[in-house]
Amino acid sequence: MPSIACNALILATVASGVVVSAPAAAQNEQFIPILSYRTGPYAVNGAPYANGVVDYYNLINERDGGINGVKILVEECETGYATDKGVECYERLKSKGPTGAAFINPLSTGITFALTEKTATDKIPIITMGYGRADSKNGAVFPYNFPLLGTYWSAADIAIQHVAKELGGFDKLKGKKISLLYHDSPYGKEPIPMLQVLAQKYGFEFTPIPVTHPGVEQKSQWLAIRQNRPDYVLVWGWGVMNSTAVKEAAAVAYPREKMIGVWWSGAEPDVTPAGDQAIGYKSLMLQHGAGKFPVHADIEKYVYAKGKGSTDSGKVGEVLYNRGVVNAMLGVEAIRKAQEKFGQKPLTGEQVRWGLENLNLSEARIKELGFDGMLKPIKISCSDHEGTRDGRVQQWDGKSWKIISDWYTADEPLIDPLVRDVSAKYAADKKAQPRECSKES
Amino acid sequence: MIALGQFLEVLIGGLMSGVLYSLVALGFVLIFKASGVFNFAQGAMVLLAGLALVRALDLLVANGFPLWAAIVLGIAFAAAIMATTAWLIERFVIGPLVNQDGLTLFMSTIGVTFVIEGAAEMIFGSDVYPLRLFPTDAWFVLEDVFPGGILVNKLDVWGALIAGILVAGLAIFFQRTKTGRALRAVADDHLAAHSVGIPIGWIWFVVWLAAGLVALVAATVWGTKLGVQFSITFLALKALPVLIIGGLTSIPGAIAGGLIVGAGEKIAEVYLGPSIGGGIEYWFAYVLALAVLLVRPQGLFGERIIERV
Amino acid sequence: MLYREAGQFKTTYVEDMAIFPIRQDRIALAVLLGIAFIGVPLLATFHIWPFGSDYLLWAILLPFLILALAAIGTNILVGYCGQISLGSGAFMAIGAYSAYKLVTGVHIPLAWLGCAISIPPLSVLASILLGGLIAAGVGILFGIPSLRIKGLYLAVATLAAQFFFDWAFLRIPWFTNYAPSGSVNAPELNFFGLIVQSPIERYLLCLLLVTLMALLAKNLVRGNLGRQWMAIRDMDIAAELIGIRPLYAKLTAFAVSSFIIGVAGALWAFVYLGSWEPLAFSIDRSLQLLFMVIIGGLGSIMGSFVGAAFILIVPIMLNLIPAELGVPLSTETIAHFEFIIFGSLICYLLIKEPHGFARLISIGKEKLRLWPFPY
Repeated sequence: MPSIACNALILATVASGVVVSAPAAAQNEQFIPILSYRTGPYAVNGAPYANGVVDYYNLINERDGGINGVKILVEECETGYATDKGVECYERLKSKGPTGAAFINPLSTGITFALTEKTATDKIPIITMGYGRADSKNGAVFPYNFPLLGTYWSAADIAIQHVAKELGGFDKLKGKKISLLYHDSPYGKEPIPMLQVLAQKYGFEFTPIPVTHPGVEQKSQWLAIRQNRPDYVLVWGWGVMNSTAVKEAAAVAYPREKMIGVWWSGAEPDVTPAGDQAIGYKSLMLQHGAGKFPVHADIEKYVYAKGKGSTDSGKVGEVLYNRGVVNAMLGVEAIRKAQEKFGQKPLTGEQVRWGLENLNLSEARIKELGFDGMLKPIKISCSDHEGTRDGRVQQWDGKSWKIISDWYTADEPLIDPLVRDVSAKYAADKKAQPRECSKES
Repeated sequence: MIALGQFLEVLIGGLMSGVLYSLVALGFVLIFKASGVFNFAQGAMVLLAGLALVRALDLLVANGFPLWAAIVLGIAFAAAIMATTAWLIERFVIGPLVNQDGLTLFMSTIGVTFVIEGAAEMIFGSDVYPLRLFPTDAWFVLEDVFPGGILVNKLDVWGALIAGILVAGLAIFFQRTKTGRALRAVADDHLAAHSVGIPIGWIWFVVWLAAGLVALVAATVWGTKLGVQFSITFLALKALPVLIIGGLTSIPGAIAGGLIVGAGEKIAEVYLGPSIGGGIEYWFAYVLALAVLLVRPQGLFGERIIERV
Repeated sequence: MLYREAGQFKTTYVEDMAIFPIRQDRIALAVLLGIAFIGVPLLATFHIWPFGSDYLLWAILLPFLILALAAIGTNILVGYCGQISLGSGAFMAIGAYSAYKLVTGVHIPLAWLGCAISIPPLSVLASILLGGLIAAGVGILFGIPSLRIKGLYLAVATLAAQFFFDWAFLRIPWFTNYAPSGSVNAPELNFFGLIVQSPIERYLLCLLLVTLMALLAKNLVRGNLGRQWMAIRDMDIAAELIGIRPLYAKLTAFAVSSFIIGVAGALWAFVYLGSWEPLAFSIDRSLQLLFMVIIGGLGSIMGSFVGAAFILIVPIMLNLIPAELGVPLSTETIAHFEFIIFGSLICYLLIKEPHGFARLISIGKEKLRLWPFPY
């Protein structure tokens, strides 16, 4: 009788349904899901980021009693950086709380790709601050994607600008060799088209060098680098790949000063395992760096002093922690903006989307929030879901990250045609009709 | 001359990193030899040993122990952890599963992998912990013959030395000691061994302990190379082709397999990779293993498989 | 009393050869299919508990159906033919990417011949099935070594396929139609003018395909071919001596298995993920499928379903339970516990019943037959 087991199966699925449809708590709460990874190969980088996010939401609840009185309700779901787990987490959390998820932030390019279509159907914005698909900057085709503060194409351009500055001008780029050591995944591949455009424009020789996930073995890549002697090596890694790259560079005596990591390859866990060998290694900054700012004082006062912190207080102010805080802040501000239009109550994802698209943080407002010195003003619009494309470069001195450059702004006229091409292709694939940004208020 | 120098450099580098894979593969061989279990958990065991060692070290150094004492105590602590793990696995998983077919045993070790990974991270933390037991910089030899010299990583040399000592030690252990002979007896036929009075449970514990200690040795080298962190578990997948080429039952085979895989994949990646897009070393090692198996289905040094009806 | 076939007389050979010769089995199956085909859609359409949200459909039932299909494919190879494969994930990927190429149109310029192979974009269903066929072709190719390599050595050799295709789909831009990030999007799911979009439609589509394929598989393994496979599995030399050609038997097993896995892969990509990268079909997927087959029971189609349910749902349940019980554990600790408990459960099941749930089911049937005095 095969039905024994099958009944058991149905029972199991029913039981998990019970779990899902648990009653929502108080009605005046805004639900925000957190997709994090605190286990697995990328936990080293995923955990500090998630801590920053959680701590900032806690701060808003503890200090301000929520966003204009609407408490933030969060639930974390562990993705382990795996796409299918990420999709499951998204489905689990998307309709929780009185109004469903306000927005989602998967911290994984792979999960972002998988969710892009789903979030558009479910009308939940997906914030991919400093990662995700670069073409989703075009809000006309991707109304629900928000790659705030910078895409990988901006990052590639900023990196090349810095290289040019170190060399003494863009004309000096001609004939130089620049290699890209990248994590062999959509994340690592994303900058390649932009770098090819730049190589053509400035006449440098561009070589992409893939590193297989997770990147524990890079000897052959670095032996090849030792033989080719590129003038610069850009590092597009995540997790163990970054520190391994730094160590292997030291082993083949490639100068760390000539390595520039993307902003996901420039945090403490990326350099500390390499010890003194990491001295001189540079990386881009997604605007902010490490260190403590007025907002951290509040976090320590309202969250850590009450014993509600999610990490050791010594780790508050690390690069990835700060990135989590910035990310949470932008989300909260988007909700605040949306509340101006829709009222001070829990909002749906669609309403928060409006808030994100009309987000406009002035310098004064950023100072008021306690992020002075971490961020530049940001203004999102229908055609520009990135908002701002500025970055700096930092260098590891063995103990801490030192900012060594002024602000760079990515070259928008150069990036935009690529964004338009690729996003138009997406729209054609999906048979989607792009919005007309000019017609929207 | 430059081309030759570069080739030698890649070859030497490849051979050396192959030996580092062998360190992990040795643990597989030990267990397969003695109990016919294809132990997928070896990678997780390296992680566990590494975490136990590095966390104990950090704690002891922070409490003012001199470095040498901390290292000795840390290794002792990690060894104790591995002994406990070996006992638990023998008592609760492998013991009850005696006489099951190879696939079931293999899958049960994947179950063990999950448990070890979860427990190790829960107890010792999931951050990255730097370990510096060996130098990691490089020598540049023969600089007068080849421009730029040939790069030899010191860590690789240490790894090769350790692997050599380990293989010699294991060979002596298997050939000369009473326990070693008992191990071989159990490996040949555990029922016959049992009937002449060899305590099978104890022998299996010893084997798992030995594999655990090999994992600890691998952890000292790989932990120095990568920092102790979760990604170390992926070494199991790099060790599989090594194992297959050498033969599942041969200890010297693990070293030979490591040399072949290491040299093969590095040369392929550096010389073949650029023309077909790079990143080929992962599958190249497996294709190499497949090619060897087609010629010798039991690996280069494995025991001949004799089939009877 | 309930489960006793006394009095059910078979008067024709056809009756004797039915898939479910016992009446109670047929009733149980009919009820089950009724629930799956009518009950679930009805509940879901009217959002009746437990279908209040899409969660159950999207995150449980849909992946369950597709992975169960893949598990059936794996089971044919591993369970029925005894060829251990760790490359199932790769064959899912082949199915997915072939279907993607076919649905977007294939153009291979053959410059040296001065012509080109061009296939216009095919319909979604044709692409999915052809994707399966292509996977079957590749399966035959990678099955050839199995004639010489056996057991766990073969398992590791199939990893060559796994890692090679992981790499190929990542590195060769032709497969992804030169998408800059290497991630591709599923086409609109148009089945003869019917556009499958909502979760319930997706569920029904998969259910239909899975039911058909399971029926196909069940009939294959009962027939001549299935018996050849099992003879090879039980002892290949003996099978050869009684006149079974190992070449034919093993390669057909590889072909049928890869076809089913390939179709499952195409469904996984098109219907479930919608947008994917090779990591969706990594070695972890292969191990997961092997687990489903072993926990479910080697050589059992029903076991594949139960195994898939177990391997898919238990970790999710373990993850959900602490939060719902209000146990104040951090996400991190829950994830660690999930690993530990799941791993222990697997070991426990393997020790208690190495033949998996399928064996438990048949023991259950035996006991039911003797009810109320089972022993």
